[in-house]
Amino acid sequence: MNKYRVGSAILLLVLVGLGFFLKPSQNGDSKFPFKFGLDLVGGTELIYKADVSNLEPEDVGDSLEALRDVIERRINVFGVSEPVVQIERAGIISGNREDRLIVELPGFKNVEEAKEALGETPLLEFRLQKDGLENLNTTDPHLQAVEDFFVSTELTGRFLKRSQVIFDQTTGDPFVSLEFNSEGKEIFAQITKENIGKVLGVFLDGAPISLPIIQSEIRDGNAQITGSFTAQEVKDLVKKLNLGSLPVPIELASTQTVGATLGGAALNSGIVAGIWGFLLVAIFMLLWYRLPGLVAVVALVLYTLISLTVFNIFKITITAAGIAGFILSVGMAVDANILIFERLREELGEGKKLADAMREGFHRAWLSIRDSNVSSIITAIVLFWLGTPAVKGFALTLGVGVLVSMFTAITVSRTFLFALEFKEENKISSFLFGSGFSKVISANKVTE
Amino acid sequence: MTIIKYRRIFFSISLFLVLISVFSIFFLKPVLGTDFSGGSILEVSYLSDRPSLDEVKEKLISLSLGNYSLRPSSDSNFILRTREINDEEKTIVVNALSLDGALELSEERFNSIGPVVGASLKSKSYKAISVVVIAIVLFVTFAFRKVSRPVASWKYGVATIIALAHDILVPTGIYIIFGRYFGAEIDLLFVTALLAILGYSVHDTIVVFDRVRERLRINSQLEKNESFDKTVGESLRQTMGRSINTSLTVFLVLIALFFIGSESTRNFTFILITGIVAGTYSSIFLASPLLVTLEKLQKKKF
Repeated sequence: MNKYRVGSAILLLVLVGLGFFLKPSQNGDSKFPFKFGLDLVGGTELIYKADVSNLEPEDVGDSLEALRDVIERRINVFGVSEPVVQIERAGIISGNREDRLIVELPGFKNVEEAKEALGETPLLEFRLQKDGLENLNTTDPHLQAVEDFFVSTELTGRFLKRSQVIFDQTTGDPFVSLEFNSEGKEIFAQITKENIGKVLGVFLDGAPISLPIIQSEIRDGNAQITGSFTAQEVKDLVKKLNLGSLPVPIELASTQTVGATLGGAALNSGIVAGIWGFLLVAIFMLLWYRLPGLVAVVALVLYTLISLTVFNIFKITITAAGIAGFILSVGMAVDANILIFERLREELGEGKKLADAMREGFHRAWLSIRDSNVSSIITAIVLFWLGTPAVKGFALTLGVGVLVSMFTAITVSRTFLFALEFKEENKISSFLFGSGFSKVISANKVTE
Repeated sequence: MTIIKYRRIFFSISLFLVLISVFSIFFLKPVLGTDFSGGSILEVSYLSDRPSLDEVKEKLISLSLGNYSLRPSSDSNFILRTREINDEEKTIVVNALSLDGALELSEERFNSIGPVVGASLKSKSYKAISVVVIAIVLFVTFAFRKVSRPVASWKYGVATIIALAHDILVPTGIYIIFGRYFGAEIDLLFVTALLAILGYSVHDTIVVFDRVRERLRINSQLEKNESFDKTVGESLRQTMGRSINTSLTVFLVLIALFFIGSESTRNFTFILITGIVAGTYSSIFLASPLLVTLEKLQKKKF
């Protein structure tokens, strides 16, 4: 029995700890802020269709990733905090007919400006170092600034046939190979012939992605970029080069903007509704189930704190629908408790001793708790798949809620109830463990 | 057990509600939201004081915008959702919003969701509902695989699927009927609510079925001969308290959400509430009594 008391003490500590973790500091900010959806904080969402029809199927994934990187870089210009750029692939998993790029700009409301800055298809260019800048330091960390030191050449991504990662056969070091098409071969041969020793910068979307130095004239259109790269760096570079050689045109499919005031009101009313919902459930549990009800309420507090912590740590986006899902899950979370307590009451009704009845109650209720929750989890998974952000928020809060509630309702309730250690059975204990209008019946059973 | 005995009455009630719902789905022409139908959203910001909703609506009445919705946003904005309108129509609408040029306003946003995006979301929604129903039925069949007497495990699945159909149709019908008065639309949140109802309702049904399963096992261990009617009836009686109490707690939080929660989730909560009621009803009065009916049908054959 002792171990349950230790367990209870630990759980109470966890409860207090989580409370402190989630408590916002005095100026209202938290070190670990929640991530709210656009519908609550306001902002802009743009959905683009990506046209990948001119790409080989196996290259699509890499190209889309490179495209995302480019778009992310463009967004950084706005100074939007925590922008989200996601790829949604076509196919059975997403249910989309086309590949999509979803851009979320929290707090940013100028759709026109966003459209303008994001809308163009990225361009890959080769630019040559300007004369008189022989000692250019290519390892300069402020790569953005080096744009000024280059002049454009005729060579662009359209002359690049493909690029791949190659490993040196003797040293095993990775390097990048470039293959130009016949037109590109000519231009490249001329540039390399005239500019040995100079830097031929590779720029994607105006930003340098590699600054190799021309070592010799290359006539066959097959170039290599070598250096002390990690395999990952080489891979990223190749993705970007290929995106430049076979651009993925994007087309705006829909936009959405929500004002911050509207969102703020939705958030506030959601929180107030949540508090009321919680109180109503707590009052009901206390009145109907008495002592076990109190334990259920403590478990529910822990449930709320653990769920909120999970949302916080895993940066789960909280939307208006997500708040609704969470509030719904508070109502459902006590279901496991109710199952257990009803079972407990039945076992007591059959004349079992309290401790035995408790053990049986937990044991027998488990199967139905497990099986019945699976259906909710199935629903949550499908909803996540269906998901626009609003629906995904609902699915996540519901799914997390179901999983966490299984833990809190069973483990937490058991720990606390057994820690209370009722050995003596008397009228008080049977009142405390009775429920609803059953007081008299169970009291009689005990005194028989 | 009364419920088992008078099951035909309860089946009739369900059938009646389902028929009304099917009727409303086919004849009342539910309004599709912008999510599914595509459409335009226009947001304007007034430079001076914003006119009242009624003033603007009066101006919009003469335009053939169909089922539009107009709602205030921030302090000085209005958001207008309409069918997909072209640039020409937009100019007319903007003029109406400015009360024929009496008020200065700036166009904050004009956004059209193409019908293609809407259609793709629509087909995805149908798929999602089908996947949930199929997955749940398979799961129920699997979970009750060891129960084969007196009713095969797949029949638990059949009883579940009938209850599920009831739980989708009845809230849909009620939503459509009431939707005519508060302007409810069939949008993505509606589908989300339906799916959540499915999950909840099966959850409820499984708890009763689980008790039937347990009782059958104990009976066979004790070599006790109990009629299936009685087994189901007793299981229902024993789980009744739990069914009602859980539904009550869920109902309580939803009521709080409905009256206090955000405007944007109010319709959503409304469907959830009707769904919880329908789901609780179907678990008690439909799914479990159906098991008995299925058993009786089976007996007749032999």
